[in-house]
Amino acid sequence: MKHFVSGLAVAVALSAPAFAQDDTKVIGVSIPAATHGWAGGMNYFAQEAVDRLDAAYPQLDFVLATASDPSKQVNDIEDMVATRNIDALVVLPFESEPLTGPVQNVKQSGAWVTVVDRGLSVEGIEDLYVAGDNPGFGRVSGEYMAQALPDGGKIVVLRGIPTTIDNERVEGFQQAIEGSGIEILGMEHGNWNRDDAFTVMQDFLSKYPEIDAVWASDDDMAVGVLGAIDAAGREDINFVLGGAGMKEMIKRVKDNDAMIPADVTYPPSMIATAIEVTAVGLVSNAPVSGDFIIGSVLVTPENADDFYFPDSPF
Amino acid sequence: MNAIIRTDRRLSMTVVGPVLGLIALLVAGALLNPNFLGWDNLTNVLARSAFIGIIAVGMTFVITAGGLDLSVGSMAAFIAGLMILMMNKALPGLGVGIPVVLLGMATALIAGLGAGLLNGLLITRLGIEPFIVTLGSMGIYRSLVTWLADGGTLSLDFTLRSFYQPVYYGGVFGISWPIIVFALVVIIGEIVMRSTAFGRHCAAIGSNDQVARYSSVRVGHVRLMTYAALGMLVGVATIMYVPRLGSASSATGVLWELEAIAAVIIGGTVLKGGFGRVWGTVIGVLILSLIGNILNLTDFVSPYLNGAIQGAIIVLAVVLQRESKADG
Repeated sequence: MKHFVSGLAVAVALSAPAFAQDDTKVIGVSIPAATHGWAGGMNYFAQEAVDRLDAAYPQLDFVLATASDPSKQVNDIEDMVATRNIDALVVLPFESEPLTGPVQNVKQSGAWVTVVDRGLSVEGIEDLYVAGDNPGFGRVSGEYMAQALPDGGKIVVLRGIPTTIDNERVEGFQQAIEGSGIEILGMEHGNWNRDDAFTVMQDFLSKYPEIDAVWASDDDMAVGVLGAIDAAGREDINFVLGGAGMKEMIKRVKDNDAMIPADVTYPPSMIATAIEVTAVGLVSNAPVSGDFIIGSVLVTPENADDFYFPDSPF
Repeated sequence: MNAIIRTDRRLSMTVVGPVLGLIALLVAGALLNPNFLGWDNLTNVLARSAFIGIIAVGMTFVITAGGLDLSVGSMAAFIAGLMILMMNKALPGLGVGIPVVLLGMATALIAGLGAGLLNGLLITRLGIEPFIVTLGSMGIYRSLVTWLADGGTLSLDFTLRSFYQPVYYGGVFGISWPIIVFALVVIIGEIVMRSTAFGRHCAAIGSNDQVARYSSVRVGHVRLMTYAALGMLVGVATIMYVPRLGSASSATGVLWELEAIAAVIIGGTVLKGGFGRVWGTVIGVLILSLIGNILNLTDFVSPYLNGAIQGAIIVLAVVLQRESKADG
């Protein structure tokens, strides 16, 4: 059975190019599976970009693979090279270390490499790097906090899963509120998880009788924080600032919800940017190599319409 | 004479050990933060312990009968997702009200019972190791909820959520429903474990299933019932969980199975089966939630070390009990 399946795979792989035109180029897209909200949105935007570009450029073919762990992602990439002979790879590495070698091999085979969001451990492999701006995410959040609390105030901070991403965001935030008179009462890890954030916020509410605002630093955590505040019936908290750009939160910003006056983006649609720019690079003479850093934008009721995607799962 | 006194003291240690641990934590908490013993904080901790607690009572029976269930966390996430989908689907027809909430609750209980029976049947009828069966179903339910949610989050309709919310936040005499339901489950569990044939049969099977079989205990049937009851209790926990934040995603219920198992073992139930103690499980659950709570209320240790402290206390609790078992 196994032989039959692999035989079939080889047959398909061999027959596919025969039907295709000679100048058809193949772009492989390898991303982590939708294991949490943000990744779900990223999967949605990747699929959407692939469908749209497939229709727009008849000379391009796409292979999209989602992986639930790093070793599966390595297999996906090896299969793309072996059976589809890809001309370009767009990869959002699950983890930097295990993916560095395999992506380097793809590069050595002569293909174009676009790395998204998480960098590889060795510099200079990728032709194009598309990523969000984590220190900027923290800075924009901090600047908003300083502007919303002009006379200073007491806030609590929920952090994500302990990672470099989280550290960069928190450092950016702390630098931005320096000298603004804002005092951080406490910081705990809510792990970008609604339930954890709910528990942490309940305990913050028990611990501090007076809190002016919360930097939840993520929209999933903001949901948990709001639940805990509602349950405790506390009136002292003026607002909660989340982040990432979940559609429910953008909707609340759009509807002028006083508790959610703003949001800061870290768009999962950056995968679409990466696929699009890679496609442009393959079909035109426009130079597209280099770094493409997507800034974090402050979403307020005025511009919320531009960030509201009701069909996205995130 | 001397030896007898020593045995007595040690025997009582299995009973007193977890209780002493709990008291030590309460004292430590009270010293570290004045709000700790406040009514609000204690009810918060009890209410948030209810999910794991209700599941852990069921787990006590499964483990006592020599089994194990790793799938409960994923199962809770899957049932929560299913419940939300059902209620959202039925909402236009039934409107916001008690019928749609009852439909959601029935969905949770039936799905839980079904999932538990499935685990139990695979284990008892096909004779597959419980570890393997439930490891498999753990992966299956986790994937199913991710698939149902399309990788994102399933959210209960907002107005319906507001209507259903009192099931978590409301209560009688200032005691919220999750705490009441948890208490009821514990009382029933304690009676079943101590005073019914079913409870005795669980212990007999866990201790030696061959002997139990020769004593005309229906081993397969009793084991099947433990898994079915656990599944049903996962449904009950989910009924309490969904109104809290009104959402389910692939991040729901992660590691609940291990927390439930740890609580059972801290409480004095023997991991390889044969002896179970429902009230001990309650102490185990409370110890685990209190550690998290105390760590949040103080800046005593780096939050990076929360897991290490929890781990150390679990091991310590089991070491205390091992010592006393050494004679027996």
